[in-house]
Amino acid sequence: MSFFSRLKLIFQAKANKALDAAEDPNEMLDLSFEKQTELLTKVRRGVADVATSKKRLELQAAKLEQSIEKLDGQARAALQAGREDLARTALERKAGVQAQLESITTQKDQLQVEQDKLVAAEQKLTAKIEAFRVRKETIKAQYTAAEAQTKIGEAFSGISEDMADVGMAMDRAESKVQTMQARAGAIDELLESGALDDLTVSGDVVDRELAAISSKSAVDADLERLKAQLGSGSAPAGEISDGTP
Amino acid sequence: MIVVRVLGHGQFRLGDADLAVVEAADDAVEAAIAAADERAFRAALGGLIETIQRVGDPVPDDEFVASDLIVPDRDITLAEARTLENGEGEGLIPG
Repeated sequence: MSFFSRLKLIFQAKANKALDAAEDPNEMLDLSFEKQTELLTKVRRGVADVATSKKRLELQAAKLEQSIEKLDGQARAALQAGREDLARTALERKAGVQAQLESITTQKDQLQVEQDKLVAAEQKLTAKIEAFRVRKETIKAQYTAAEAQTKIGEAFSGISEDMADVGMAMDRAESKVQTMQARAGAIDELLESGALDDLTVSGDVVDRELAAISSKSAVDADLERLKAQLGSGSAPAGEISDGTP
Repeated sequence: MIVVRVLGHGQFRLGDADLAVVEAADDAVEAAIAAADERAFRAALGGLIETIQRVGDPVPDDEFVASDLIVPDRDITLAEARTLENGEGEGLIPG
């Protein structure tokens, strides 16, 4: 198992380094416990960070979805007004937004996975730290300095691994959050620049023309919608004939 | 009897009979790394982790023991695995 012995060596080197740094074994136990508690605080903050980032993505996704609906409606309005060129522009923008939305959804799922992992890591670490605290006091109370050495070594290398394990999970979650934030920043810029805005409010002549048409036809569309709802929308079966064979 | 840690999943004790099963699963991982086959690597690593979880006994939380082997979580990429194998793995472990 060459591949996995390599990982083991890395973990061991880390524990040994910490062991070498300590002078008094009992002091090392306390120091280690302190570090564990610090790590736990970091993990909890990490969970909160991931949740915040996920929330940001959810908000963006909602905006993009609105944008898609809007652009779709505009394309329809443009077509009804006989302006295929405008409709095409709207649909092109819509395709761009859709791609962004898909990428956001993927990232949101990834963050969810990281969040679940961190929550599991937090629970495991909490249990381990509590057990370590008990063990630490037992070792201090029951063994002479010479006897304690081995016990401390065991407990220490065990918990060091746990900490390195959790640390790796944190690193991965953080790097995912960073990648996500860079991307979310770009999308925020896009949203702010107006590239995803309502075509009808961006002000050029064609847009204003379309705005005029669409406000008029919006009433017609609404009327159609109401008619459709009254005709079939409330039927429990839901599949009233819509003209398709 | 050895102790294996699966990153993100805790530690497991494996008896000699279990170890043979796990080693067979590990061969598939090594082969996928050698063949630079990302898809095979993921499948093999997932299989290895499942095997360890299935045949191994979880080490309880109040027990502190260093692992004999450490297996990465299944989301590691082939590139990361190779970095580990080439001995440049320090970057994966936080300071």
